[in-house]
Amino acid sequence: MHMADALLSPPVATVMYAASAAATGISVHKLKKDENTQKLPTMAVAAALVFAGQMINYTIPGTGSSGHLSGGMLLSALLGPQAGFLSMVVILAIQSLFFADGGLMALGANCWNMAFYGCFVGYYLIWQPIMRGRLFPKMEAKAAARTKIIMASVIGCIVTLQTGAFSVVVETSLSGITELPFGAFCALMQPIHLAIGLVEGLITTAILIFVFEARPELLQEVNAKTGGHKGKLTLKKTLVALAVLVVMVGGALSLFASSNPDGLEWALFGNTEAGYNENMALDEEDYGIESGLSEKAASVQEKTAFLPDYSFADSESAAGTAVSGIVGSAIVAVAAAGISVLGRFFRKKKQA
Amino acid sequence: MDDLAALSSPIHSIHPLAKLIVTISYIILTVSFSKYDLSGLIVMLLYPVIIFSISGIPIKTCFYKLRIVLPLVCAVGLFNPFFDKAPLMSIGSIAVSGGVISMITLMLKGMFCLMASFILVATTTMDAICAALRKIRMPGMIVTLLLLTYRYVSVMIDEVSVMATAYKLRAPGQKGVHYSAWGSFLGQLLLRSMDRAEEMYSSMQLRGFSGEFQYADVSPAKPKDYLYTVFAVGIFFLFRMINIATLFGGIALGGSL
Repeated sequence: MHMADALLSPPVATVMYAASAAATGISVHKLKKDENTQKLPTMAVAAALVFAGQMINYTIPGTGSSGHLSGGMLLSALLGPQAGFLSMVVILAIQSLFFADGGLMALGANCWNMAFYGCFVGYYLIWQPIMRGRLFPKMEAKAAARTKIIMASVIGCIVTLQTGAFSVVVETSLSGITELPFGAFCALMQPIHLAIGLVEGLITTAILIFVFEARPELLQEVNAKTGGHKGKLTLKKTLVALAVLVVMVGGALSLFASSNPDGLEWALFGNTEAGYNENMALDEEDYGIESGLSEKAASVQEKTAFLPDYSFADSESAAGTAVSGIVGSAIVAVAAAGISVLGRFFRKKKQA
Repeated sequence: MDDLAALSSPIHSIHPLAKLIVTISYIILTVSFSKYDLSGLIVMLLYPVIIFSISGIPIKTCFYKLRIVLPLVCAVGLFNPFFDKAPLMSIGSIAVSGGVISMITLMLKGMFCLMASFILVATTTMDAICAALRKIRMPGMIVTLLLLTYRYVSVMIDEVSVMATAYKLRAPGQKGVHYSAWGSFLGQLLLRSMDRAEEMYSSMQLRGFSGEFQYADVSPAKPKDYLYTVFAVGIFFLFRMINIATLFGGIALGGSL
């Protein structure tokens, strides 16, 4: 999702810089007020960890493709929103300076799209309410906390990536760079970021659950006292909630995507994703995969999405929606399998 | 990267703040060219070319570093020709559509901007950039965080590669990290690093860290630094305002201006 300089016009870039600078200012002010200088090395280490973590490829079960971590939700869950935001800003600055991932002028926009949504929106609207809420009252405290972590990370990653991807569309369109119509651009960006968000959510969940098991006091808003007795892990509710959510979002997006001529690009998009990732071995430029994925797949989709027989509500577009629905369900199934396997893994680990 | 930045050349010795200002104004002016103004944009190529040759940074390194990102920038513009088919100019008898022009312009813009930021970091050390940022009143907390993170990234990358090698050796023929190990892989790394961060902070405090680094070695700006900034930014503006390429073309063809 890293935007390059060429994708933005100077006025839009300036506005985004101003917005990000304001968020940065507020964060610095807040952290200064708390006199949290001992947090600095921890922030730096966490930022460096996310940076390094982006270089590891994770195999996604059943798809033959892989994903990597982006970190907004992870950092805010570990450090709190302000410190997490600053860490993300620093990561993005280093990426733009040293790895040419995202432009220098586009840094403001990138901070907004990835850090602001990932940290502030993700934390205050998703992480905090879920962690504080009295969800799953029937479960034991620890199992409930674990379920809440899973829920918050997956939902958080999906929502923040969707908002981020939407911002990319808005910013590029406002800059007048691309000739793509706004709605079509949206339809290209949103579904693919849904998949990326899911993968990210799963990776974030895996890490946070591990930290929760090992050192719950490191997590924000998690009551350390709950780490008492072993709880029986019931993931059913989370799974159902997640499935419902994904189906809802997927359905909404399918409707949106039905303005595309047919479902061909869905298949194409799946293949590009896998093929592209397979080519990416573990190397230092690898973290660019996210933007690479979206743009590359978007470009393939662009090709197919604008066939001359562009039409709205006929049998073809209905077929497209059906195919996308099937793909969506497959994603849900993969997510469910992933979560259940993870759950079993951690349960086994605890018994050992 | 640090090795390149540690070289010495006339460009390396320029004040970091001057280079920062020049780079940012170059990027802004380059991007602000209209999407059909190909001939005007071409002239901006001179800046990276000249700086590369003066500073002695191998241009190969630059493109090697950018090999992953450049195709992405190019891909974005790749479809302009399909949408914008109005003929804009003609070379001989072949009409060139606006979309082709805007595609090339977009690709060049992307490439120029990437080259400009590469030049900045290849000729300036991170410490110097941070000192310059501090000078323009960037909050100390961010600058400190930037320095610490930058220092720490290489340490972490080493650690990750050790872990990844160990994992690979234990899981032959497997692509990537298996999902059953996602959490524990990064989680272990995280916990270890958190401990390390605490140790780091204690040792920083023992050495008198009070919340911000002191930058003692920043030399004050010399006249040549001001000169460089004014000259470079002035030239960029000139290029932006006057289409040098058409101007010279007109002269070469013997026409009146």
